[in-house]
Amino acid sequence: MAWESVIGLEVHVQLQTRSKIFSSAATAYGAQPNTQACAVDIALPGVLPVMNHQVALMAVKFGLATGATVNCRSIFARKNYFYPDLPKGYQISQYELPIVSGGQLAIDSGNGEKIIRITRAHLEEDAGKSLHDEFDGLSGIDLNRAGTPLLEVVSEPDLRSPLEAVTYLRKLHSLVRYLEICDGNMQEGSFRCDANVSIRPYGADTLGTRTELKNINSFRFVEKAIQQEIQRQIELIEDGGQVIQETRLYDPLADETRPMRGKEEAHDYRYFPDPDLPPLIIEQAELEKVRDTLPELPDARRERFVHQYQLTPADADQLTSDREIADFFETTADAAGGDSRSAANWINGELMARLNRDNRPIGENRITPKALGALICRINDQTISGKIAKDIFSALWEGEHDVDGIIDARGLRQISDSDALEQVIEEVLGRCVEQATQFRDGQEKVLGYLVGQVMKATKGKANPQAVNAILRQKLSP
Amino acid sequence: MLQTKKISSVELTSHFLQRIDQNRELNAFITVDAETALANARQADISLNDKSGDLLTGLPLALKDIFCTRGMLTSCGSRMLANFTSPYDATVTERLNAAGSVLLGKTNMDEFAMGSSNESSYFGPVLNPWNVDCVPGGSSGGSAAAVSARLCPATVGTDTGGSIRQPAAFCGLTGLKPSYGRVSRYGMVAFASSLDQAGPITQSAEDAALLLQAMAGFDPRDSTSLDIEVPDFLPALKTSLDGVTVGVAASFLDSTLDPDVLAGIEEALRTFENLGARLVDIELPNSSAGIPCYYVIALAEASSNLSRFDGVRYGHRAEQYDDLMDMYEQSRAEGFGDEVKRRILIGTYALSAGYYDAYYLKAQKIRRIIADDFRNAFQRCDLIAAPTTPTTAFRLSEKVDDPVAMYLNDIFTVPVNLAGLPAVSIPVGLDQATMPIGMQLIGPYLEESRILAAAHSYQQVTPWHQRIPEAFT
Repeated sequence: MAWESVIGLEVHVQLQTRSKIFSSAATAYGAQPNTQACAVDIALPGVLPVMNHQVALMAVKFGLATGATVNCRSIFARKNYFYPDLPKGYQISQYELPIVSGGQLAIDSGNGEKIIRITRAHLEEDAGKSLHDEFDGLSGIDLNRAGTPLLEVVSEPDLRSPLEAVTYLRKLHSLVRYLEICDGNMQEGSFRCDANVSIRPYGADTLGTRTELKNINSFRFVEKAIQQEIQRQIELIEDGGQVIQETRLYDPLADETRPMRGKEEAHDYRYFPDPDLPPLIIEQAELEKVRDTLPELPDARRERFVHQYQLTPADADQLTSDREIADFFETTADAAGGDSRSAANWINGELMARLNRDNRPIGENRITPKALGALICRINDQTISGKIAKDIFSALWEGEHDVDGIIDARGLRQISDSDALEQVIEEVLGRCVEQATQFRDGQEKVLGYLVGQVMKATKGKANPQAVNAILRQKLSP
Repeated sequence: MLQTKKISSVELTSHFLQRIDQNRELNAFITVDAETALANARQADISLNDKSGDLLTGLPLALKDIFCTRGMLTSCGSRMLANFTSPYDATVTERLNAAGSVLLGKTNMDEFAMGSSNESSYFGPVLNPWNVDCVPGGSSGGSAAAVSARLCPATVGTDTGGSIRQPAAFCGLTGLKPSYGRVSRYGMVAFASSLDQAGPITQSAEDAALLLQAMAGFDPRDSTSLDIEVPDFLPALKTSLDGVTVGVAASFLDSTLDPDVLAGIEEALRTFENLGARLVDIELPNSSAGIPCYYVIALAEASSNLSRFDGVRYGHRAEQYDDLMDMYEQSRAEGFGDEVKRRILIGTYALSAGYYDAYYLKAQKIRRIIADDFRNAFQRCDLIAAPTTPTTAFRLSEKVDDPVAMYLNDIFTVPVNLAGLPAVSIPVGLDQATMPIGMQLIGPYLEESRILAAAHSYQQVTPWHQRIPEAFT
């Protein structure tokens, strides 16, 4: 039987505020355990939450960017359960009335654009962390993360393949970074994904029983985990079994999903409105103010790049997936005297290759757009050859920044002067009599060899076009 | 007296510390810190001498043991917190300190403020100074007993469903529950967040106004505190009762009311009339739904508020347990008393899937209806007079085994909390057993000044607030 997979994602987007959602403690990652947990975070008797309004404005920004309804009045609710890293015995979240409802994200599904609906996005606080390995026979609790603001973005089950799921996830990741509401760091848990996965026979309109895959922390694992889970469900059903609704974890080492231990019974979270927090009100004026601060979004920017810079959709897509890369490109194109295609090629080619190789974000690279632009200019005005340009690029990568300085100091200026070239060419022809004869006999290919010899003799500095022309002239019958 | 230097703060503080020490059998205090109190009194005397004193400089006070006090035990009357010393001050603590008061110690209370007789305290019951075989009321029983026996000139309690007014009534005192949001809840161990309010228990309306002045006001750490200006309560006391309309609901004065209490209330109403007030009939048709509504909302909130007491970070942790779940269960089983457990269970039930709509949601609707009843009533009157309790103080252990009878004691006080209104209970007489009778004056939202002025006018012409139980004169 042919099966269709149905996938919905719940993504926890950590909002990058300086202080927590309900307390003034700092949110910075990596501090010593429990040094960023104040009385409110550790839930001392008598403490009360106070809403950090910055958090709400970030959620509003997300709502506006996804064409969603921003609810001017939303309600915080308590989700009650016991766990050692949940200090109050309840998590403050939003339940019946979230701040954002109904939005959408367009993804490239491989055969055209596809709209993925966003059911809701609600605000909540993160829990702390339980540390089980550090202490012999004991568990430690680190409450630094407790109270960190999260926006949980819940999609409709509109995704139909692991690839679509990861495409949506990348799109969402790009968007929240564009909006500057999340640093997107998946290793540090700033962008976490749970996936609801089920299968059904093609053409069926009811949904199969779903399982939930928890906390998958890289794009690659999201795709693999969903792939494995779909495969598992298909095999299970085809063997006459039934999928049970449960939470599973993906083990990247074994490349398989396993049921989560210790969740013996379904939780009744006993949600009710938190009496410590009044309704969260977003004034219309506030909403408009946020709207004014909305940056150009990835889709619009991609369209503009295609038209304004004459880029291929693929190049534009790659450049706009990250706001900083797109900014880098625009400044580079400008500095390159408007040669946007070269700018795109250098960035999508050489620069991305090096960034990927060193696993570095663009913000941590030492090449400035100005220097890259200057480099392109020197190629275009024939001061240097493309080959020399790569060497200079390497120098820039290592931290040098004055392109003209490098060219002068190392004598890399291209030799276009015909007198100087003629001298070298005479020498080469003197050595390569046989090849010269072959060319004169009509073997065009040999010209490349001769040009190469000239380039070699000039250590790459000869202008290849000029060499070409002089050679042809000299060898003409 | 302090400001005119007829007596020093050290003298006054020593006097009350001595009385506390001599009357330990009342069990009104959980903690007394004589050393710190005397040190603060000495500081206060310096301020008084150079006239740099504040509103309460040098005045000895005690706080219900529900308010966090830095460096001092904050037990909330529970074994769960019998080892808990708060690292921070509640806003109320902070403001009373800033106003110059001298903290004598922390008063006994029903465990986590859950009770109407102070018998649920882990630290044992408090005795009523008017008759030591009777309860002082609850949950602020220790606070009321302390003022009644003059172990302390005034105390601060909390009122979720009557916990200031009922003990004030049982002990012959003035007890004020301010409007919800008037006083910060920050640092007050939460029972039911949408109902809890701190307020003074004092010997007179004037003292209550003074303390409220020091406590009230917006606190950015409590999102439910009101960001509005605090009126001057003391000058407002002089407002006369002439022409003031006092609403009386006949349903509150029916035959189920203790006859002595009824007689006391009627007598007080005549005095109000003599002072120029006009009585008008009002109806509060849904107030009988107050008790069930209150017990659903308060206990639902409490079940969640008390989840933080899990033995993980502070408070009682069982010595023996098998695993995490067992640690929770043993710690909470040992740390909480029966009444607290009963209430957590009821509240948890009310919030459970499948019951939420029938209980919690319905109770919220009734709550709005009760608030509307008051709003309608205040169309016809300036304030409402009602009994504080159906009877005077009952005997120790009389209702311990009958929770419903105990809960019904709050029948007149609970609707006020549900509506978020201010109310003050004042002593208006003694019954045949010479136990005090309390009457509450309920005001429209934020009209503390109005009810305090009415109480003050009454106290200018009646002796009841000055009566001290014979054994403690």
